[in-house]
Amino acid sequence: MPSFEFEGRSLEVDEDGFIQNPDEWDDDVALALAKTEGVDELSEEHWKLVRYLRDYYLQFGIAPMIRKLCKATGFSLKQVYELFPSGPAKGACKVAGLPKPTGCV
Amino acid sequence: MAEPKKYDTPLLDELEKGAFPSFVTEIKRMADRKPMAADLLGQLENSYRDKIGYWKHGGLVGVMGYGGGVIGRYSAKNEEYPEVSHFHTIRVNQPSGWFYSTEKLRLLCDIWDRHGSGLTNMHGSTGDIVFLGTRTEELEPVFSELTENGFDLGGSGSCMRTPSCCVGPGRCEWALYDTLALTYQLTMDFQDEMHRPPFPYKFKFKMAGCPNDCVASIARADMSIIGTWRDEIKIDAAKLKSEYIDKGVDIQSDVCDMCPTGCMKFDGETLDIDNSNCTKCMHCINVLHHALRPGDDRGACILVGSKAPIVEGALLSSVIVPFIKLETPKEGEDAYPELMDLVERMWDFWGENGKNRERIGEMIQRIGLGNFLEEIEVDPIPEMIVHPRTNPYIFFEEYYEDDDEDE
Repeated sequence: MPSFEFEGRSLEVDEDGFIQNPDEWDDDVALALAKTEGVDELSEEHWKLVRYLRDYYLQFGIAPMIRKLCKATGFSLKQVYELFPSGPAKGACKVAGLPKPTGCV
Repeated sequence: MAEPKKYDTPLLDELEKGAFPSFVTEIKRMADRKPMAADLLGQLENSYRDKIGYWKHGGLVGVMGYGGGVIGRYSAKNEEYPEVSHFHTIRVNQPSGWFYSTEKLRLLCDIWDRHGSGLTNMHGSTGDIVFLGTRTEELEPVFSELTENGFDLGGSGSCMRTPSCCVGPGRCEWALYDTLALTYQLTMDFQDEMHRPPFPYKFKFKMAGCPNDCVASIARADMSIIGTWRDEIKIDAAKLKSEYIDKGVDIQSDVCDMCPTGCMKFDGETLDIDNSNCTKCMHCINVLHHALRPGDDRGACILVGSKAPIVEGALLSSVIVPFIKLETPKEGEDAYPELMDLVERMWDFWGENGKNRERIGEMIQRIGLGNFLEEIEVDPIPEMIVHPRTNPYIFFEEYYEDDDEDE
């Protein structure tokens, strides 16, 4: 299992950089992961997205559908990509410490 | 660069026997000089031996700014086959009708040879060019080279997938609208919907120039756009005589008797078609192609909902708009306004009401066609019916009061 190291901490991640142990996630982890997805700082808007994703995941055990994410946070999909250029799945969900969303492509 | 390993592949070799070509031959050719292709053979042979696939589930890679276009793939046996530890697929949007210059083909091959396994599918089922097998660090460089040369990625995930079409007016005398132009327009108008997945699940457009439907759009597209006409089949009596009657073609058996609605009559000299009962199947035109032509009042039929067996069973598309004009837009004109408006209404409703990973056809089955039509503001018409009812009982909604119980 690869590991993600930052500030003296070491977290287990999968080959795409998603953390394997949800209990290990905190705001510092989010910041560190954000840097790997081209986001140097997390603004109010970033945190709004991340907190929504995290809360939804803790409540329902899965990531929300994209339309729901946009409606609930008030962001358009365009804005989501502006905040997280690698997208809601690869970017935002990873930063929020969710397990990797899977699905048929 | 490591030398490609040589693997013993007795099981894969079996596929090369017999009359038909095998993908194994292609991979072997590449395996002579590409370690990735060599290890691919090794892992595949291993899979055949153990009867287990050795690709890990999932994989989320891509290029910045896009939410799709790359299919992540990791080997579950990366220690034995290190050259395929990453084996991601890049989907490249094909040109309309799959027309290429040799220069562009060589360019694509050159890009891929330098950055990936060198293996391609021309083309995947949806229509994209498939670049099969590369590493994560090669994704952005490939994307740069592709876009610098006029190419782009295709769609993957819960998005509008890359639209595709038949050869249309490019090469075919039966193209009843410009499939190439419409496909290009859909691609350009819906770039957001293609590259940044916004839907409950995938959505495919396929454009066929005539009811021969050479792209099988009626079976493979969420929205099938099939060329048709609404006036009369044109008959050239002289050609009918010289090419068919005089050459002994049995028009009665091979054409009239095969007509699905039995709307044709032949008296040995003259062919008579009752066009009001013609269902535009193309059979007579296909057989008597020197003498028969589709009518001149041309457009397309729009059907919706087809999909493959997973999850709730295979569906064929059903008619939603029996006839629509699809004139290729001139400079400065709005492109296909009626069609685009219908698409937006359908997407709005499906986006709002579709369950996760529910295709639009499955949603229509679930909520009922009547409800769907009401929501997208399309009037129900007889052309939407596949066959008449078999149940004689009718529920008269307007006579039902809220407090009526079963009496």
